[in-house]
Amino acid sequence: MSAELAPAIQVRDLRKTYSVPEREGGVRAALVSLVQRKNREVAAVAGVSFDVPRGEIVGFLGPNGAGKTTTLKMLAGLLHPTSGEVSALGHVPWRRENDYLRRMTLVMGQRNQLAWDIPVVDSFELNRAIFRIPADHFRRVVAEMTELLDLGELLKKPVRNLSLGERMKCEIAGSLLHQPEVLFLDEPTIGLDVTMQRRIRGFIAAYNQRHGATTLLTSHYMADVEALCRRVVVIHQGRLLYDGELSGLVDRFSPFKTIVVDFASDPEFADGQLAGIVGADGEIVSQTDGRLTLRVPKARTAQITGQLLAQLPIADLTVEEPPIDEVIERVFAGEAREAEPVPAA
Amino acid sequence: MMIPGLAGVYQARFKTELAVQFQYRAALVIWLLGLILEPLIYLVVWTTVARSQGGEAGGFSRGEFAAYFAILMVVNHATFTWHFWEFEWRVRHGFFSPVLLRPIHPIHADLAQNLTFKLLTFTVVAPVALLLLVSFDATFSPSLADIAAFAPALVLAMALRFCLEWTLALAAFWLTRVSAINQSYYVLVLFFSGQLAPLSLLPVALRAVATALPFRWMISFPLETLLGRSSGAELAIGYAAQLAWLGVSLVLLRVTWRAGVRRYSAVGA
Repeated sequence: MSAELAPAIQVRDLRKTYSVPEREGGVRAALVSLVQRKNREVAAVAGVSFDVPRGEIVGFLGPNGAGKTTTLKMLAGLLHPTSGEVSALGHVPWRRENDYLRRMTLVMGQRNQLAWDIPVVDSFELNRAIFRIPADHFRRVVAEMTELLDLGELLKKPVRNLSLGERMKCEIAGSLLHQPEVLFLDEPTIGLDVTMQRRIRGFIAAYNQRHGATTLLTSHYMADVEALCRRVVVIHQGRLLYDGELSGLVDRFSPFKTIVVDFASDPEFADGQLAGIVGADGEIVSQTDGRLTLRVPKARTAQITGQLLAQLPIADLTVEEPPIDEVIERVFAGEAREAEPVPAA
Repeated sequence: MMIPGLAGVYQARFKTELAVQFQYRAALVIWLLGLILEPLIYLVVWTTVARSQGGEAGGFSRGEFAAYFAILMVVNHATFTWHFWEFEWRVRHGFFSPVLLRPIHPIHADLAQNLTFKLLTFTVVAPVALLLLVSFDATFSPSLADIAAFAPALVLAMALRFCLEWTLALAAFWLTRVSAINQSYYVLVLFFSGQLAPLSLLPVALRAVATALPFRWMISFPLETLLGRSSGAELAIGYAAQLAWLGVSLVLLRVTWRAGVRRYSAVGA
């Protein structure tokens, strides 16, 4: 496969095991630990494989402690894996070759790349020198970032005087001045209000479109993932749980649909009538004044809808996919553990 | 115009560091006071000792003690570093993560910061040293040859101390609390570099130890060279010792940095 056609990122059986010191609480245990240390091996990433083609935005999902950040750090070259292989833009990331570092970026929500005490634009100037960005190119990129992220006056303020959202916008812009081809974004919208989240989301989409950047994004906000990623990779306890279309995740892990019914007048149900319609594998989620919400197996949605329409005085009826948050929650909660293993896409 | 490569990075760093230093003027003044007070105290103590012993102690007259400690202030100011006190914090708070993602060795940032601070504060340290020389009636009249010999000795001393202390700082990659090591190191430097007292005042055995260790070559050697106390042979030995220790420090730095980064990235960056 030629270098041009090869995926931007190839991950094969990546593993990272930490040795974590552990002891009981209390003074006695503390004294014992002076002479006798106990360590436990923890597999943060336990054999993950996937590819990311050039230009694709992939959502990297998992609950806290799933191994997302550890994986991103290995891909960015900050961590040495215990075993496994990664090729990113043809480089082995943890060798940290300058050519790779100049072509990628890692944005971590809580980390500071900008100097705290000086105006943002001075930090940008420093990055210009470090990444050897030609002056006219630098001016063009800063103008583009200013337009897309509405940086304007922020550039002249010292970083310590910026709000969290403002700082995040500047951090993202600062990380992209060298126009990287690969972006690792670890919770880029964490702690931000809805408007700011939307702004950053829009920016990531625009950057991807303009520059064809390959992007791996983690976020706990499903709105980010829904807006940006057609494909998601889900990991749990260090293992790959799902790799495929976001819509496929819903199909696979949520075999139910939600039916919401509004009645024209207060319906009178015969004994067991509703339970009969819903069946043993469905569920009445709520039944309040004039509105009924049901959770029913996908395969029986049409049949149940037909029965409801035929038997009850219905004013309005909607059939919905469950919210993606709910699906993800179910995946992580282990309800889907029984589902057959999914081969990597 | 853009200056290419490393020179461009240093130029940008100088600007940034100057801006940062000016942000914290009060802190800068306090640092300066500390830098000046320490040698001033030794100066007062040793000139008093010399006076009480009939005007001389360990081959130093009262005026020579004054010159020694006034110049010590300049040499110590030129060579001292503080990065090893910061590394523990840097490692603990993940400061190295963004640094490691840049296509440049982080030592350049510290070196630029060090040089900027020195250039800025030298404008105060130099006049204070002159003031001390005058007000304590120092015996100080270096020849051109002394000054010419002092310049390379000072540059080598700066390079040696910077490399050695940056390598020491890397201990933070292995140990969570490095303050104890730093404190021990500080005491060793204080004693064996000639900061506490001229090395000629030490017993012969300790003087031999001081000669074998690197600390003498970081402070005492350039200082005594400017005072005209190094003979031709001593100068040659001094430069050779500085170069040898600098070589050792560079090798240590390279090896320790590689292992340190590997360790940092193994335990969680």
